[in-house]
Amino acid sequence: MKYLILIYGNPASRKIWEGFSDDQRAEGFRYYAALTEELAASGELIVSEALADPSLTTRVSVRDGTTLTSDGPFAEAKELLAGFFLLECESVERAVEVAARVPEAAFGLVEVRPILNLGGMEM
Amino acid sequence: MNTPTEIEDLLRELAPQVLGALVRRYRDFDTCEDAVQEALLAAALQWPAEGIPANPKRWLTTVASRRWIERWREEAARRRREQTAAALAPPQPEPVPAVDDTLTLLLLCCHPSLTQASQVALTLRAVGGLTTTEIARAFLVPEATVAQRISRAKQRIRASGTEFRMPSGTERSERIAAVLQVLYLIFNEGYTASSGPSLHRVELTSQAIRLTRQLRQRLPEDGEVAGLLALMLLTDARRPARTSPDGELVPLAEQDRNRWDAQAIAEGVALITQALASAPIGPYQLQAAIAAVHDEAARFEDTDWDQILGLYELLHTIAPGPMVTLNRIVAVAMVHGPRAGLRQLAAAEADPGLAGHHRLDAVRAHLLELADDQEAARAAYRLAARRTLSLAEQRYLESRAARLSPPTRA
Repeated sequence: MKYLILIYGNPASRKIWEGFSDDQRAEGFRYYAALTEELAASGELIVSEALADPSLTTRVSVRDGTTLTSDGPFAEAKELLAGFFLLECESVERAVEVAARVPEAAFGLVEVRPILNLGGMEM
Repeated sequence: MNTPTEIEDLLRELAPQVLGALVRRYRDFDTCEDAVQEALLAAALQWPAEGIPANPKRWLTTVASRRWIERWREEAARRRREQTAAALAPPQPEPVPAVDDTLTLLLLCCHPSLTQASQVALTLRAVGGLTTTEIARAFLVPEATVAQRISRAKQRIRASGTEFRMPSGTERSERIAAVLQVLYLIFNEGYTASSGPSLHRVELTSQAIRLTRQLRQRLPEDGEVAGLLALMLLTDARRPARTSPDGELVPLAEQDRNRWDAQAIAEGVALITQALASAPIGPYQLQAAIAAVHDEAARFEDTDWDQILGLYELLHTIAPGPMVTLNRIVAVAMVHGPRAGLRQLAAAEADPGLAGHHRLDAVRAHLLELADDQEAARAAYRLAARRTLSLAEQRYLESRAARLSPPTRA
């Protein structure tokens, strides 16, 4: 089963990160690198990425065949996607176990979403 | 001249034999497996143009051995041990040991230190002779993911210090059980894929059947191996009828049984009959027996539900599980009526493995429909459609709900 672990950021979590010393940030990066490495070693990792700052977002809309773009920041959203892991693991329990180890889980900013598959059981 | 399919079949057949011979000679599974992959690729390029060599197994073993030596020398040079590397003479291509290592290889690939995804990938490559690209296409994951899974799995096996030999006693039977589980998983990946755009996935069922046949040749007395092979054949026999031309799921009750594969059914029935008569009973045999009862009914109305219920009772006793519970309830409903089934379903909901599971809602919807409670059936189908993780099932469940929509008032 494939699961997407979504990691969000909000003003509070960003403030904490900004308040970190260089050492604390380096420690944070090491923690993420070790988690990613462990998931690669177990064969569960498909891809994981961190997203650039939300202010670099471009919104795209198409009206009458014309592509319109508008640049962030967009004030209305408090919680914004900051990164994700796409995993293939044996159960949702296992995906939750991994999600719980993402530091942002301490702030309730981590979600597990199952991926729809193309197959189907005979009914 | 040989067709590409003939060559491909031959290469997949020889892959585990060549790998076994190499591991016996050089011991190190990791590098041997890479060397055999390279030899298989070389053959896939050369044989279509030059023809299959007189002794294809020896050809592959020789090429793989050369690759192994090259890699060993590179590695040795890296470690500044050129002198030893230069002293190493290329091995004689003969004798290729006359032992069959397929079973030992299967056990190694399904090593308990590996996750299931890694066991599957390694089994398909090292024993199945599939390339990384083919495995990635079949499982709808990036090729790099599969490549990494395989190389990490081999590192893990090496780190575990496992030797290339047949384990004995309880360990042996536990490890064989793990192999059966991996083969069944490969089969299901392919089987649950609908037709059409998922052609690569469908190939997984034939690979799973082929590998299980190989396993049965090595363990002809094992009732569960026979049971698994029978289960695969009896299930796969229905594949031509289980999806409509546009890829929609067709339920068992509505399948055109003329399109079932009669030859596969005959083989499956013979296998399971023999296994049940001669070996200790097990979960794969029981599931195969249930599949056989379904397959032997000329029409859905002719299904022997009493017998199916009896088999599910037995399965529930020896290998209970949420899906067994649900399927047993369907059989109860077919024998004792939908209301009896619905009562048991209400009790089954307490099982944490079933609470909130879309299959439970789908079964409830089906039984409510049989009990002619259209309103509640529709709601249950919709709930199941929201909860399933399969697009094909979602479409099916939504169409069942729509079928029950109340007639609009004039």
